[in-house]
Amino acid sequence: MEKLNQSSLLKIKEIVSKHKDEPGPTIMMLHDVQDALGYIPFEAMEEIALATNQSVGEVYGVVTFYAQFTTQPKGKHIINVCIGTACYVKGAQLLLDRILELTHAKVNGTSHDGLFSVDATRCLGACGLAPVAIVDGKVYGDAEKSGLVEKAIQEIIACEGGKQG
Amino acid sequence: MVNVKINGISVEVEENSTVLQAAKKAGVHIPTLCFLKDLNETGACRVCLVEIKGARALGPACIYPVSEGMEVFTHNKRVLAARKNTVELLLSNHNKDCLSCARNQNCELQKLADDLGIREFKYQGAYRPVTFDDFSDGIVRDTSKCVTCGRCVNACAKIQGLGILNFIDRGFNTKIGPVYNKSLADVNCMQCGQCINVCPTGALHEKEEIHNVINALHDPTKHVIVQTAPAVRASLGEEFGMPIGTRVTGKMVAALKRIGFERVYDTNFGADLTIMEEGTELIERLQNHGTLPMITSCSPGWIRYVEREYPELLGNLSTCKSPHMMLGAIIKSHYAQRKGIDPKDIYVVSIMPCTAKKHEKNREEMKQNGLQDVDAVLTTRECGKLIKMFGLDFEHLRDEQFDEDLFGEYTGAGVIFGASGGVMEAALRTVTEILTGKELDDIEFKAVRGTEGIKEATLTINDQEIKVAVAHSMVLAKPLLEDIKAGKSPYTFIEIMGCPGGCINGGGQSRVIGNIRNGFIDIDWKKERAKALYDEDAIMPKRKSHENKQVQELYENFLGKPGSHKAHELLHTTYEKKDRFNF
Ligand code: SF4
Ligand code: SF4
Ligand code: SF4
Ligand code: FES
Ligand code: FES
Repeated sequence: MEKLNQSSLLKIKEIVSKHKDEPGPTIMMLHDVQDALGYIPFEAMEEIALATNQSVGEVYGVVTFYAQFTTQPKGKHIINVCIGTACYVKGAQLLLDRILELTHAKVNGTSHDGLFSVDATRCLGACGLAPVAIVDGKVYGDAEKSGLVEKAIQEIIACEGGKQG
Repeated sequence: MVNVKINGISVEVEENSTVLQAAKKAGVHIPTLCFLKDLNETGACRVCLVEIKGARALGPACIYPVSEGMEVFTHNKRVLAARKNTVELLLSNHNKDCLSCARNQNCELQKLADDLGIREFKYQGAYRPVTFDDFSDGIVRDTSKCVTCGRCVNACAKIQGLGILNFIDRGFNTKIGPVYNKSLADVNCMQCGQCINVCPTGALHEKEEIHNVINALHDPTKHVIVQTAPAVRASLGEEFGMPIGTRVTGKMVAALKRIGFERVYDTNFGADLTIMEEGTELIERLQNHGTLPMITSCSPGWIRYVEREYPELLGNLSTCKSPHMMLGAIIKSHYAQRKGIDPKDIYVVSIMPCTAKKHEKNREEMKQNGLQDVDAVLTTRECGKLIKMFGLDFEHLRDEQFDEDLFGEYTGAGVIFGASGGVMEAALRTVTEILTGKELDDIEFKAVRGTEGIKEATLTINDQEIKVAVAHSMVLAKPLLEDIKAGKSPYTFIEIMGCPGGCINGGGQSRVIGNIRNGFIDIDWKKERAKALYDEDAIMPKRKSHENKQVQELYENFLGKPGSHKAHELLHTTYEKKDRFNF
């Protein structure tokens, strides 16, 4: 597992010591870590476990119980692909598969190099444009045929120095 | 006291009783699944539902407190239907392959389904994704058989203080596993198997090695030797329906001989050898200001724990291998030489009450010239299966004796290794006599016996006061270890075993089902099994390890003296700090 950087470690320590003596501190610590880092890294679970006299496994149980926590760091670039009914009928799955192949990410996961997070989402309320994908906030309609999403992804890869293996 | 009525029968029970306890008193058995007394009292599974007069919803009997005048119905139409429905829902998501399941015929869930008269699968539901983890040496985890009762979760947390298994995710997707649902091989698991012993289903079981052993037995080039640990004889009978605590030493030997092992030896010989080495090591440390307290090292679960949780205390561990590893090393060296057999043609099988020993035998430190000291470890349960596979009528076998050549003799001191406090008592018998040069008046150190809590004793040897302590399970060991870390431990010698009660309650012993753990069948299983060992000790002609003639001969003919160079090479080992998590 990759080591967490120093500033994140310090942030975690700060959060843990801030809530240590409050009642029911686990949830509050997790909230603040999720806010500060965008996810709950292993190191945070270890620190919280130590401070609250629980095992890492117990803290992990809490993390997975609540939908607002995630243990996956978000990628630098976020791609949402709608798989609502209208989009699905118009080939969203094919689009999603191509995006996953290009980014080397898994569905609802992050690519190994941390460049992309790909999420399959429910209806975005833009069924008229189906199928719909969003890359870093920019909405692409009729995205299965246009090839514009793929192009956007390739541009990102090129700009980031071709890190994709 | 309060008065309650169970199905119209009046009973008087203590104030803080549950409906389940009241029902027992009324002679009524309410089925349970998740409930384990003092360990898992969460009311999660709803199998024990009963109707309380005046209450709208049915309530879980296992945690429902009684009150004066309460009227309870445990088996009326509404209750039976609800209970059946609960189990049918459980089964809808269950991988029902009983025929090839490790728990076939001794599964608490299977029995429950039968007791409730389930004859069809009413719900054909969706199945959750399955984790099948057989990467660790001792323990297999198969979530397709899990009913998320939480028994293992609390066993690991409350017995070992490790909290490795936990509920992950929520709702339909809930599963039980270590952090990130990783393999038990990659987290700080001791491989103690206490989680296996409480699991009501086939979701947790040992990694079986029966077929490796059968293959070796059928291989004409292999000379297959078996040894049995002391605690096995106190539990093996249970696999054949005999009462807990029945001592089956002679039948076990007879069965193993019929199965075709070349030699059947008792690990007790290795235990006596361990005492010679460990006793010498203790005397050494006492006389030369070595690291104290010295802590025993025969429990490989405990070794895994200390390497991961207290690496700063590795110097306190005795360097002795555990008894079966010692005997394995001697078989592959001395025995091989004496019999003129190439050690690589010898296959040593250890029958152990333990799942952690499956891991121990694979350790790099336990090899000589690339050959493992021990090739296979079977649990008591696997031994029972092996005997059944060979079609032996265990209960009616005539008793036979262990083989007597080279390693046949053993003393009472070796036998009691299987109970918590036994290694301590065996060591004290020998160390005191060696240091004082006088024979002990009373060789029974009763203060260190017993299956509950930390035990301590203070004794005076040659005007020197020595304090000793005994702990079994990591929850009990932890305060002793913290004291050593803080430099304020009053003890000279500490025995630590991984499982509560010692090996007699090891993770490889016969499973003790919920009905016994919850007091529905009145037996203190740890006490009964320990008694079987202390009884054998009491009738042995020799009860001190240093009086074992064949052990003395082994030193004369092969090892030199205890603690010699050769003894160190074969019988001692090393430890190292290990990462708690490998990812
Ligand atoms: S766990 Fe029990 S009920 Fe489930 S398949 Fe195995 S034997 Fe059958
Ligand atoms: S084997 Fe022991 S340490 Fe490992 S999960 Fe089971 S109870 Fe916990
Ligand atoms: S693994 Fe066994 S003990 Fe643990 S929750 Fe599942 S069924 Fe219960
Ligand atoms: S289904 Fe995709 S936007 Fe509605
Ligand atoms: S709720 Fe009572 S046994 Fe599970």
